[in-house]
Amino acid sequence: MSLHERAFPRLSLGGGLSSTGRPAASALMPKAGGVPLRLEGVVKEFSGRRVLDGIDLAVPAGQSVAVVGRSGGGKSTLMRLIAGLDRPTAGRILAGGEPVAGARPDVRLLFQDARLLPWQRVAANVGIARGRGWRERALAALADVGLADRAEDWPSVLSGGQRQRVALARALVSDPGLLLLDEPFGALDALTRQEMHRLLIRIREEHGFTSLLITHDVAEAVALADRVLVLRDGRIALDLAVDLPYPRPPGNRCAAELESLILGEV
Amino acid sequence: MRADERAWGRAGGPWAALAPWLLPLGLLLAWEAAARSGLLSSRVLPAPSDVAAAFRATLADGSLIRHVAVSAERALTGFAVGGGLGFLLGLLNGAFKPAETLLDSSLQMLRNVPHLAVIPMVILWFGIGEEAKIFLVAVGVLFPIYLNTFHGIRSVDRGLVEMARVYGLGPAALYWRVILPGALPSILLGLRYALGIMWLTLIVAETISASSGIGYMTMNAREFLQTDLVLLGIVVYALLGKLADLLTRWLERRALAWNPAFQAGMETAS
Repeated sequence: MSLHERAFPRLSLGGGLSSTGRPAASALMPKAGGVPLRLEGVVKEFSGRRVLDGIDLAVPAGQSVAVVGRSGGGKSTLMRLIAGLDRPTAGRILAGGEPVAGARPDVRLLFQDARLLPWQRVAANVGIARGRGWRERALAALADVGLADRAEDWPSVLSGGQRQRVALARALVSDPGLLLLDEPFGALDALTRQEMHRLLIRIREEHGFTSLLITHDVAEAVALADRVLVLRDGRIALDLAVDLPYPRPPGNRCAAELESLILGEV
Repeated sequence: MRADERAWGRAGGPWAALAPWLLPLGLLLAWEAAARSGLLSSRVLPAPSDVAAAFRATLADGSLIRHVAVSAERALTGFAVGGGLGFLLGLLNGAFKPAETLLDSSLQMLRNVPHLAVIPMVILWFGIGEEAKIFLVAVGVLFPIYLNTFHGIRSVDRGLVEMARVYGLGPAALYWRVILPGALPSILLGLRYALGIMWLTLIVAETISASSGIGYMTMNAREFLQTDLVLLGIVVYALLGKLADLLTRWLERRALAWNPAFQAGMETAS
């Protein structure tokens, strides 16, 4: 991250949401703010088979978007393109106004499995990118996700939810402007998933990053996102704003109506 | 209930510490008795006490230490040369596809040649000097180290490598912090296997042609029907092999402390 961003942290987006009396993020983790994302006519083919068929999308800075769709519908492909792990066959992807080409420090990805290095302790995993003062930043990020006391544990002794929290802390260390979440809560039990939802909403308010969540769970999409996209046959079939205040407890009637609307399109 | 289990199973009282030794001790006593009563001819199998006496005698005149030192030096030199080469080849072929295409099939072919089968050639090339023995040991340990290093690097979790790339690790950091540690369990397995082959090869090499070393000591003793010395040589080989095994186990426990399978004596938290 640049010196400029450190010196002039962006103000929180959606100030009304963050005025919940919660302490601000620690001094080591200034709000970097979100990065806008723009996709222009993105096409991806795998040996002749068209997985993404012309995706146009503009996500303003700080917005949280959820992408739902059937498995094999191109959700993960879309995510890999935005993360710079693959190149589109045609079209352009711009993050923060710059074309995406390979890994970059302001874009972070949370995988379905936590992907922690089993041979490094939790703190070393969080600070995997190293750099000056990595340890302090890693410990601060761990405190942020509520795992300050597990810094010196091996990943093998953590539960599934704790591992995903460590993975989240690892993503937060570099103050991402765009966080990509590839079904990170899919393998967790219902209670832990609720916990992770609350954590993600809080962290998002604190950091103000743009986020893109991939999920097959429509309820999860409605619970977590400002905007839900349905990806069907490689195209965006539905683009729906979810205008409900956070947190959104399960069983909310408006949410339920939106869910059935989305399910009709999936 | 749980405390009981511990006393018997894990932490172990005096009984648990003693139990594994009962059978060998009993056998040793029976053997001694058979030898003393004349049931067992010393030409066939000398009494344990004779072997102990031979141990004391060779220790006192310094010949045992000298032979062990010579053998250990050969073993370690050969191991360093062959193991080092195998490790480097494994790293190279595991990391660079062109190197694998070029070298791997040749190495796989050579691997299938029993290295002891080339002894006649080795004697022609190197004579019966030190080089022949070191060469044989080196060839013997090269392949297990190579195969396990190569396989270890190839079986590193692709997901972790991809994660490391997303998080901006450069090639050097990727190698040191992701690929090498990921391959280490397999590499250590190869090391253990190679150490076994190292002793085996050395025994054979030293019994064929040598004027010093444990193998020479036992072959020389056989000429004079000194079965106690022959047996002593075998025991020394067994002890050296056990020592090498203990060393690798210790190394595994230290290097693989992160792996629950190697956290010996450590309670894994829930």
